[in-house]
Amino acid sequence: MSFSVIMSKMGSGYFNAMAIFVFTIIFSMPLGMVVAFGRMSKNKIIQSISKFYISILRGTPLMLQLMVVFYGPFYLFGANIDGFRFPAVIIGFSLNYAAYFAEIYRSGIESIPVGQYEAANVLGYSKRQTFGLIILPQMIKRILPAVTNEIITLVKDTSLAFAITYQEMFTVGKQIAASQTTIMPFFIAGVFYYVTNLVVAFVMEKAENKLAYYR
Amino acid sequence: MEVLKINHLRKSFGDLEVIKDISLTVNEGEVLSIIGPSGSGKSTLLRCATMLETMDRGDLIYLGEYAAKDDQSGSKYADANSLKNIKGYFGLVFQNFNLFPHYSVLRNVMDAPVRVQKKDKKDAKKHAMELLDRMGLADKADYYPYQLSGGQQQRVSIARALAMNPDILFFDEPTSALDPELTGEILKVIKDLAASHMTMVIVTHEMSFARDVSDKVIFMDKGIIVEEGSPEKVFSSENERMKEFLKRFNG
Ligand SMILES: Nc1ncnc2c1ncn2[C@@H]1O[C@H](COP(=O)(O)OP(=O)(O)OP(=O)(O)O)[C@@H](O)[C@H]1O
Ligand SMILES: [Mg+2]
Repeated sequence: MSFSVIMSKMGSGYFNAMAIFVFTIIFSMPLGMVVAFGRMSKNKIIQSISKFYISILRGTPLMLQLMVVFYGPFYLFGANIDGFRFPAVIIGFSLNYAAYFAEIYRSGIESIPVGQYEAANVLGYSKRQTFGLIILPQMIKRILPAVTNEIITLVKDTSLAFAITYQEMFTVGKQIAASQTTIMPFFIAGVFYYVTNLVVAFVMEKAENKLAYYR
Repeated sequence: MEVLKINHLRKSFGDLEVIKDISLTVNEGEVLSIIGPSGSGKSTLLRCATMLETMDRGDLIYLGEYAAKDDQSGSKYADANSLKNIKGYFGLVFQNFNLFPHYSVLRNVMDAPVRVQKKDKKDAKKHAMELLDRMGLADKADYYPYQLSGGQQQRVSIARALAMNPDILFFDEPTSALDPELTGEILKVIKDLAASHMTMVIVTHEMSFARDVSDKVIFMDKGIIVEEGSPEKVFSSENERMKEFLKRFNG
């Protein structure tokens, strides 16, 4: 197998890894907000469900969760799961990352001084306005470093999709390495992950700088 | 005209009864100061009046409109729409300002008039600039709160409250978070407001200020009004608790 063939296979693996990355961000960040609200809900039942959700999703390996999501329908209902590999990856990753984002959001929201709510209340802002205009912007600034951490972890975690042999970069690399007895694919994968995270760190730093206009 | 009327207010936190039957009236153009030892319930009284706390018992009436009405079992609050309307009657200045740190000084002052009162942006901005000018902060309009001194921040928060054109303005120890040398500038602003007949309720530990600026003074202790009346009357009271309280201020 020539270098260019290896590179093109790795490239398509990289593309698939980025698909996981992008879709997971798109779904898990909003879902995390829902879970965070549930976690902070005054309704004890909703609160307990959210707490339970977070504790399960954070307390068990993502790899295991991917396998449950993918193989579960087959073992439980005998469902045909042939075309389900990619959706299963996205569902598994999104559910898992939502739990982490939920806790980040919660800590961010709870760190905003109660005086901000009170000032908004007395000025007559509605609950919705208070959250959207006063709390959310300040929360985003505070959680950005933690979110950066989570996103960088996600880039590397895409490799866990190998658990259900989804053809992302690491899975592809392993297959090539085994068939061609070379470790070059691992080096290539390492460089790809690293460069991607350099870009992530750069973008997030720009975002942080953009919000550095106030304290 | 009675801008604010509170009848038989009671408020407990758990087993702790913090306000035990307090009634008061504030007329238009009047300045009422509330003094008393720490923990006597002054902030709680103000927070009930501004609806940051819910009252257990009693009436809360602004300009003849009931925000809360006592009906034997407890204070019943008006519907959300009426309360929203009533909220427009008062403003509150906090001890620690509570400015919005992500908004510029100008936006802090003009945002609520635009978003809450749906005022025209241009008019709101013009009004905000006038208020900032009156506070001596016209040149700070584009600053952010963290770039200002405590005294300047407090003046912004007064401008923010005034921008809503309230009928009555509450202050909870507006100078307590400030260095002594910055206290004077805030007291002067409040005196100017009094001179322009702004109706105000001020919780303060600044006794000579209270004596100067108030039409009426209330001395609270342990959740009740111990003494009330003109500053002359209250500050020369023969009441033991009042005398003891004042002794600590006069050293
Ligand atoms: N949210 C709350 N939960 C429980 N107790 C409270 C709460 N708010 C106030 N208290 C208690 O109520 C009492 C009165 O407090 P309040 O803040 O009204 O006093 P204050 O007169 O404003 O005192 P200071 O001069 O120190 O500001 C205190 O004993 C306080 O601990
Ligand atoms: Mg107080």
